Amino acid sequence: MVKRISVVDVDLCVGCQLCMFACNRRFAEAGISRAAIFVQSVGGIERGFIIRVCRACKDPPCAKVCPTGAISKREGGGVRIDHKKCIACGNCMKNCLIGAIFWDKSLNKPIVCTYCGYCVNYCPYGVIKLEEI
Amino acid sequence: MMEASSLSKILYIDLDNKRYWIKERPELFKEWLGGVGVGIKLLSEECPKNIDPLSGENPIIFAIGYFNGIYPLASKTVALFKSPLTGNLGESHAGGRCGLAIRMAGYGAIVIKGSSDYPIYLVIDENGVKFRDASTLWGMSSTTAVGRILREKEGIPGIRSIMRIGRAGEKMIPYACVITETFRTFGRLGLGAVFGSKKLKAIIISGRDSLKVKDPRGYRNIYDELYNSFIKSGAMKKYHDIGTSMNVTSLNLISSLPVRNLQKTKFEGINELSGEALAEKFLGRRIACAHCPVSCIHVATLRIPYENEPYFYRIKMIPYDYEPIYALGCMLDIRSAEGFLKIMDRVEELGLDAISTGVILAWATECMEKGIITTKETDGLLLKWGDYETYIEAINRIVEMKGEFYEALSKGVEYASSKYGGKDFALSFGGNEMPGYHCGLATHIGFLVGMRHSHLDNAGYDIDQKLNAEGKKPNPKEIAKMIFEEESWRQVLSSLVVCFFSRKVYTPEVISRCFSVIGIDITPSQLKEKGIEILREKYKFKVREGFSFEKLRIPKRILETPTPQGILREEDIREGIMEYKKLLEGK
Ligand code: SF4
Ligand code: SF4
Repeated sequence: MVKRISVVDVDLCVGCQLCMFACNRRFAEAGISRAAIFVQSVGGIERGFIIRVCRACKDPPCAKVCPTGAISKREGGGVRIDHKKCIACGNCMKNCLIGAIFWDKSLNKPIVCTYCGYCVNYCPYGVIKLEEI
Repeated sequence: MMEASSLSKILYIDLDNKRYWIKERPELFKEWLGGVGVGIKLLSEECPKNIDPLSGENPIIFAIGYFNGIYPLASKTVALFKSPLTGNLGESHAGGRCGLAIRMAGYGAIVIKGSSDYPIYLVIDENGVKFRDASTLWGMSSTTAVGRILREKEGIPGIRSIMRIGRAGEKMIPYACVITETFRTFGRLGLGAVFGSKKLKAIIISGRDSLKVKDPRGYRNIYDELYNSFIKSGAMKKYHDIGTSMNVTSLNLISSLPVRNLQKTKFEGINELSGEALAEKFLGRRIACAHCPVSCIHVATLRIPYENEPYFYRIKMIPYDYEPIYALGCMLDIRSAEGFLKIMDRVEELGLDAISTGVILAWATECMEKGIITTKETDGLLLKWGDYETYIEAINRIVEMKGEFYEALSKGVEYASSKYGGKDFALSFGGNEMPGYHCGLATHIGFLVGMRHSHLDNAGYDIDQKLNAEGKKPNPKEIAKMIFEEESWRQVLSSLVVCFFSRKVYTPEVISRCFSVIGIDITPSQLKEKGIEILREKYKFKVREGFSFEKLRIPKRILETPTPQGILREEDIREGIMEYKKLLEGK
């Protein structure tokens, strides 16, 4: 029953960024600074969008470079971050190939998807889904 | 992290001395909401009386509101300035990402003063402003290219917006626009020319903040309520599927679509240029403004073969909406979708306002038809309805101001017609070229009295369509009342700043509740009052700059071509205008 967010069809994405705002609302806040999903254009809006969100790698590269063991592997794929252990070195962020680890400025700590699926409910065009891996 | 209820930071930028400072003015936002409300106060403060709109003294104000970044469809930014086209109030709205970028960078408004002595662009974020040399970008033929270069150079994370001008803005054409996110524009009334006069080529804004709300649970609930009503609303489907261009079909059907400089209201190219036809044959992508599930932006894909190279093509992505189709298609009687898209593309690349450009060319074409001008004035160009290639050449010449005639066209239809004649069919209101509706009395009273002389001010055309559908006879006094109500309410929407497509959902009651969960108490009736106050502030500015309702010119053409209500009478229009004036002045 391990889950992750997957992109069903990126060409359906209109770039509304509602998913980002949804992710931020998990903390009952408006805005986007704590979103763990990011939608951006590739080479200009006319070329379409990419969606950066954790793919829940089986052997996550981000966990391998954490010097304090703050990032632990989740069983079945993906990671969890323990902010108490984290020393904010930023290694994980640099080592994520798809840029799916973000930085929470106010906490000065990394953020990554928790695979809760809240964002999926606000994508008007069925671009993303929560799937079992 | 900021409090959602504290909108207060104003970023002042002085281009003369390349410096900036920030002022905290929470009371200004508390009193005037934000967006156009705060904007008009700042404009009145910053813009000295009777200045030349193309001088460094003309300020540019960008303002956003409390709802940006918090609620869906609050995706707009308002720009205020003195218009080089009308010499009076300049106001323009755009979506894209800029409204959210400004909010997420922590600002409520940005005031740009002075002018640079060399081309520059600004990089704005939460830490302030960087002034960068834009000499390399100056003179570049395409606004899309400018966007690409800046995107590469300034790889900024977060929500980012790139506003830029094209050749038209650099040349200070008074109906030049500012393009943002490639497909959205601050159109109408010449913000692009004001950028150009300041040698300001582009602004990049980015931000990535969050906002604390007072009642978190209430916030999430009301957000869901809004989201669900948007998703389920008919408007959403309407604007998403075909987009605003569905109006081509509906207005044509009710004979309200201005064609050939409003010589008629039925369009023979309907099968080519209707929203349905464009979607079927050319639609390439739909795009949304930030935080908007509707996604009404329609972009066509056009494959153009290279003339001298067989089997080589270029792919163009060209945005289209109802108003450009009306102005650059129907008004010029272009009956080929490809032809329309090519003109559209040129207008976008140059950064011109599509409505003004179309109306001006339509006037010039009729002048030629009537022998008021000949190929002598146009330097050999034979302007003919439907001939898009010649129109594209004419547009190039307008922007480069090649010769006296094109220079006159570059100043707008009001100016050109005072020089060459043909005033009776020069379609402008208060100096601003006419939008695409000829539905009846309310339409034209609306254009005339609207503070921007735009269809968006008060949607008089909507009132007409309702009256016509119900078979009711229009009454100038009642129309004035309805227009006044609508226009003053729209000041509230443009202070939040929400998209007008959301107006059915954002009722006074809903807005009041949205305010309450973020910690601001304001009742529905207080909101309505605010709207009237803001409208009156705008009027005050207009009067200060020489506007009067009595002086408004009514182009004869709108009295000659029948509307669905029949032929309009000038005295009815004047009566409506004077009644509106009374309401506005509170008499
Ligand atoms: S699944 Fe949850 S944590 Fe992950 S991106 Fe979506 S809302 Fe954010
Ligand atoms: S909510 Fe859906 S359509 Fe909107 S940006 Fe996210 S993935 Fe794209």
